Parts: sequence; structure tokens; C-alpha cells
Amino acid sequence: MGRKLLLEHINVPGINTLEVYRQKGGYRAVEKALKTLTPDEVVEEVKKSGLRGRGGAGFPTGMKWSFLAKPEGVPRYLVCNADESEPGTFKDRYLMTYIPHALIEGMIVSSFALGANTSYIYVRGEMMPQIRILEKAIAEAKAAGLLGKNILGTGYDLELYVQPGGGAYICGEETALLESLEGKRGNPRIKPPFPAIAGLYGCPTVVNNVESIAAVVPIINDGGDEYAKIGIGRSTGTKLISASGNLVKPGVYEIELGLPVEEFIFSDEYCGGIANGKRLKATVAGGSSVPILPANLTLKYANGDARLMSYESLSEGGFATGTMLGSGGFIAFDEDQCIVRNTWNFSRFYHHESCGQCSPCREGTGWLEKVLHRLEYGHGKMSDIDLLVDVAKKIEGNTICPLGDAAAWPVASAIRHFRDEFEWHVKEPKKSQESNYGLANYAVPIEKVAVEEVKSQNS
Amino acid sequence: MLKVEKTQPVAFSSALLAKCDEIISRYPVGKQKSALLPILHFVQAEFGWTSVPAMDKVAEILEIEPIEVYEVASFYSMYFLQPKGKYVLEVCRTGPCCLVGAEKIMTHIENKLGVKEGEVTEDGLFSWRGVECLAACGYAPVLQIGPEYTFYENLTEQSVDTLINDLRNK
Repeated sequence: MGRKLLLEHINVPGINTLEVYRQKGGYRAVEKALKTLTPDEVVEEVKKSGLRGRGGAGFPTGMKWSFLAKPEGVPRYLVCNADESEPGTFKDRYLMTYIPHALIEGMIVSSFALGANTSYIYVRGEMMPQIRILEKAIAEAKAAGLLGKNILGTGYDLELYVQPGGGAYICGEETALLESLEGKRGNPRIKPPFPAIAGLYGCPTVVNNVESIAAVVPIINDGGDEYAKIGIGRSTGTKLISASGNLVKPGVYEIELGLPVEEFIFSDEYCGGIANGKRLKATVAGGSSVPILPANLTLKYANGDARLMSYESLSEGGFATGTMLGSGGFIAFDEDQCIVRNTWNFSRFYHHESCGQCSPCREGTGWLEKVLHRLEYGHGKMSDIDLLVDVAKKIEGNTICPLGDAAAWPVASAIRHFRDEFEWHVKEPKKSQESNYGLANYAVPIEKVAVEEVKSQNS
Repeated sequence: MLKVEKTQPVAFSSALLAKCDEIISRYPVGKQKSALLPILHFVQAEFGWTSVPAMDKVAEILEIEPIEVYEVASFYSMYFLQPKGKYVLEVCRTGPCCLVGAEKIMTHIENKLGVKEGEVTEDGLFSWRGVECLAACGYAPVLQIGPEYTFYENLTEQSVDTLINDLRNK
């Protein structure tokens, strides 16, 4: 049984209320930070913890905080990124729904560390119920003197507001989020300057994911060193994993980083295996943007060693044989799922969500969608497969924000690992409409030689 | 696409104006434009959609140009620039939901309501559309209904039938 830092009390009745949350030790971190630590000492603890951004990029949170510019007389802002939209990811929704005070407490401690007196939680607009839950929690905290002027008599002031989005995946990108918070279209900004220098209203700003901010609470309670003892290597602490797709028990799980992938998928403590007695065909381990992997490479490296749920282990082998932890959106595909159809679905998503600023992304995502559509619906040509690879390559790295990469990677990886299934759609246009390609050999351990071939193709 | 509909001028109730004022107070002086997205949600909840006269009024309240409101309302997917049914069933159509049958659910809704995606039923009660990932993949397939954005999870054809019948009889 892994340690739980964020979800330990999630099943306690009434944990969404201030009263029960405090009974279970809630707001100790606020007391400790505001009364016994300086802002710099809080930053230092977060640095020591090794916490890495839980939204997807995995950038060390403490380091991000230390970049914040502190010019005299200019306000600084903390903005929480609760625009959870990466397909396969629903952990922040879960946390905000059931234990909203964990986020409020994290916001108070983090705002104190950064010297922010006004902070915003930017929640995607579709999560109106969660917005109401957070506003209620904020009102409770304010009534108890945990927000507002002179918090707990320490002289520290903080106003905390919830801001709804309008329905746009791109606003999960931090500079697009800031544009949106300023009441504009969610077009990502050109960097530099980074938000740490010029963010919200041109002022120094830190943008952190919900889970990162909530993780600051146990870090302050137990100390950064204690937090760093959990996990493996540079992947410290616990991580919320959103498990979806063809699993016996989809849902949100808090794991200690370093858990074997096989245990996560098949043990009864976590996902309980593949639903309906079927076999695993493939996984997308970190939200739709990360490379898809066949079952064999999901569970093991090319050399046969077990793959673990950690930043480093999931990316072992680079894009040739590995993937990324990303946001922790773990999607499992059973043997009857069509990889071509799913890739088309994801491409349509990115096409729909492209903000349109950069031509390679605006046009390229549309081409990807169109070409994948004709392959899926039996009108594809063999040359379409290489055309997709070519378009993906021309999007990747050529855009202001990472949405371009996020659109390119799923296509490139699906063709890299499942090329035979794409070819089957061209060769058997009728059959591919009525039946599935099936499992083929994706669950068979990969021969070392075959993998080396793949590597050289991609180098 | 923003298409100007001929609609009657809209009247903002004093309750709605008070809500707008409260939102505007959350931002630094001079940064009232930040209130645009929240206020557009209020407007849509009140009038059922985001009409041009309503957007013009929002521009007036925020002391910005109308185009600044139009460009935002047309960028974000939640604002309806055309009238919709009283209940808009928004079904998630992205990958994880499709792995467990979202496409079948959409076909079922289309047949049950007898209207295509985006259209309104004759009685004015229903519209439906596919939307992108709603961040509820573990409870798929899912749909939401505004303006409260209530969630309906683990959908089956039967549960959709029950939901539509319940809304019809409300």
C-alpha cells in the first residue's frame, strides 16, 4: 500500500468542509508557514522536496518559484492552472470536488512564499460545479480568518478568486491562460519574457497546476526532505494518476512515483486489469499528447527490464521505445480498439483546439485530421502514411507553444509502433470498416534487434 | 462563425448588473476586462445564448470596444452565438470516452431527439452537440448540461432515455 499525501482523507465524510478538513489536520501548513517560516524558507522547502510540476511539463516547482522577479512596488501574482483539459486527465477535477480545502491551503502557503496578495484559480468553464465548491470553500476559509486581511494575525493579506474559463484546451498553456484571465482570446505569448518576469497584467507571475499547489501542503507539514524520500530518483513524492479507457477500475489513484507500470494496470489495489477479460493492446501513459506505446513496451523497456511510473522510467528509450509521464492521464486500450481511429480522434481534437496563431499548427493539424479520416474510412493510400509522418515533423518544434508538438507526437508514435495497422487499413479498406485489426503481436515481447531497427529509423 | 441575428435589445436585470459589479471588483483598477469571460457566462445563463445586443451591453459595462467581446465569445467553445434548445446536451467525443462507447451514445441521442448536431428540437427544448474532452475520462461516457453544467456519467442508452424523459417532464 503506497503512502497517500493528497488523498489520505478523501473518503472521510464531510472532508469538503472546513471543519472536518481542520479536524484531520488541515491548515497546519498555513499556521506553520505564516507563523514560523519566512517566504524564502518556504521556497527552500519546496526546492528540497524535488517537487516537479504536475500539469505535464515536470519542471521543478521550487526552481520556477525562485525565478520570480521581485521589483519594488510591483504586485506579484500566483495563478493556479485548473484548466484541466488534456484528454485522459481528470485528477484536478477529483481533488477540487472532494477536498477543495487542500487546494485553498496550498494557495495560501504558496502565495505567502511568493509574496502575492491577490491570487486567482483559473478553472475551466465546464467545471461550474467545481467553481461553486471552491467559492464555498474560500468563503469558509475567509470567515475563519484564513484569507483576507491580516491572516491569523500575522499581518499577511491575501485575496483569492476563482476565474472561469470559456472552453479552450489551449488555455492550459500558461501564457494563453494569462491572456484569457485578462479577458482576451487564449493565444499563447511569445517567450521570453517568461511569466516570472512579465505575466498577469505585465507583473511577475507564477502559474502552477492544482496538484503541484496541493502538494506544497504535505511538503511544508513534513519538510521537503521527508517528501523527497518518497518516490524514485528525481521523481520524488506521490502523483495522482487518472486512469481511463478499457480498465476494470478506472479512476484517480495516488501512487508513489516508481510503482511498476504492470502493478498499476493489473493489481487489484489500482486498475484491476483490462475490462471484460480482454488483453491490453496499447497505452497512452501521460495524457493524449504523449507518444502511444504498444503493450509490451508499456510494461517493459526494450531490454526487458520492468518500466516504472516515474518521469525518467516512462521516457526511457526516448521516443523510439518510450513515452512520457506528462499529466498522468493513463489511457488503456484493449485488443479490440482501432489505433487508426483513435489517432484520427486525437488529431481532430488538436485541430479543433489549435488557436490558429501559427500556420504549421493551424494548417497542419487540419491536414493530419483529414488524412487520418480518409485512412480510417477506407479511402487512404499507402503514401498517406508517410505523408502523415512528414506533416507531423513539420509541425513539431515550429510553433509558439507546445500544442503543435502535442498534435504531432501521437500521430508520429502511432505510425512508429502500429504501422502495420495503418497499412492494413489501406490494403483492406472494406474489412477495416467492419472489423478490427486486433492485437497482432503488440503484446509479444519485442526482439532486441527489431527495436534497434526502429531506433535507427528514427535517428 | 459570428453571424449577426436580428434580435430585440436585451435588458439586463439589476441582479445581473450587481453580479457584474461584484466580478469587476476582483481585479485591479483599470483591468476590468478580466471580467469578460465570467460575465459572458452570466449572460448566457440568463438569456440562453450570447446574442450581439447582449455582447454590446457587456462591452458598455466593461468600457471596451464591442469587437473585443465578439472576438472572445467566438474563440471559446462554451458561448453559443446562435439560439439553442433550453437543454443543450454536450457529449464528450474525445478518445477515452470513445473507447467505451461515446459514439454510440451520440447516435442514440440524435435518433432519440430527431435533430442533427447543433439543431434545436421543434418544441425548443433540446439541442445536442459533441464537445471535446470534459476531463471526466474515468467516468466515461459523459455529457453535461448548462448553465449549471451538471454532469451525467457512465452513460448508457437507457440512462440517456431516462434523462431526456425527465427533462421533458420537468
